[in-house]
Amino acid sequence: MLFRTLADPTRRAIFERLCRDGEQTVGTLTAQAGVSQPAVSKHLGVLKQAGLVRDRHEGRQTHYSAQLGALAPLIDWTSQMAGFWQSRFDHLEDLLKRMDQ
Amino acid sequence: MTTTATETLSVIVEREIPYPPEKLWRALTQPHLIEEWLMKNDFKPVVGHSFNLRGDWGGVLDCEVLAVEPNKTLSYTWNFAHDDAAYNLKSVVTFTLTPTSTGTRLRMEQSGFRPDQKQAFHGAKAGWQKFFADLERVAGGLS
Repeated sequence: MLFRTLADPTRRAIFERLCRDGEQTVGTLTAQAGVSQPAVSKHLGVLKQAGLVRDRHEGRQTHYSAQLGALAPLIDWTSQMAGFWQSRFDHLEDLLKRMDQ
Repeated sequence: MTTTATETLSVIVEREIPYPPEKLWRALTQPHLIEEWLMKNDFKPVVGHSFNLRGDWGGVLDCEVLAVEPNKTLSYTWNFAHDDAAYNLKSVVTFTLTPTSTGTRLRMEQSGFRPDQKQAFHGAKAGWQKFFADLERVAGGLS
């Protein structure tokens, strides 16, 4: 369910934006999504159904935020930190190469 | 990567580096070099020195140097304070350098997570890029 929901590139991009930038309105998301507002709303609906986003109504605006807890089945903390260090070690090796010159 | 006890977790990453320990040590202990591969910092290789690591995602880690043995061992705390206790992180990072015939074996152990920290948000953010790259590969295959 989670993978299927995030398999769509546009939907995944919307979700990533919410993860990175925090709560956003449909309007803000549409401005950057490259698709129409109804399309963004539809994607948000699917994300909400999967438990990946939550909506909050404030006046006429609806604010959406990422629900990172929904990713728990995908993210194991220790493997995530291991991934973090592996990628840092890649940078470290690049640096050591440059230090040669 | 191992779970050492019910109370704490540790992450171990090891790599063979084709350079001698002395060179690797410089990259681990000189602030302008640390910044190039890890994060912005005000590190000093002095036991008891308190410093910050500033991630490009905006997070700031509170660190204190615990052990310095030139070209061999470097250890510091890796703590993240958050208003929500569930996101607090207290851990210790230890780098161990062992010379080999072709360079150095670098071992990093980060220990001290409690199981309830396994979804800590800052950690997730730190790993976002790689995580999403992996996710794209896995999820992309399904589309």
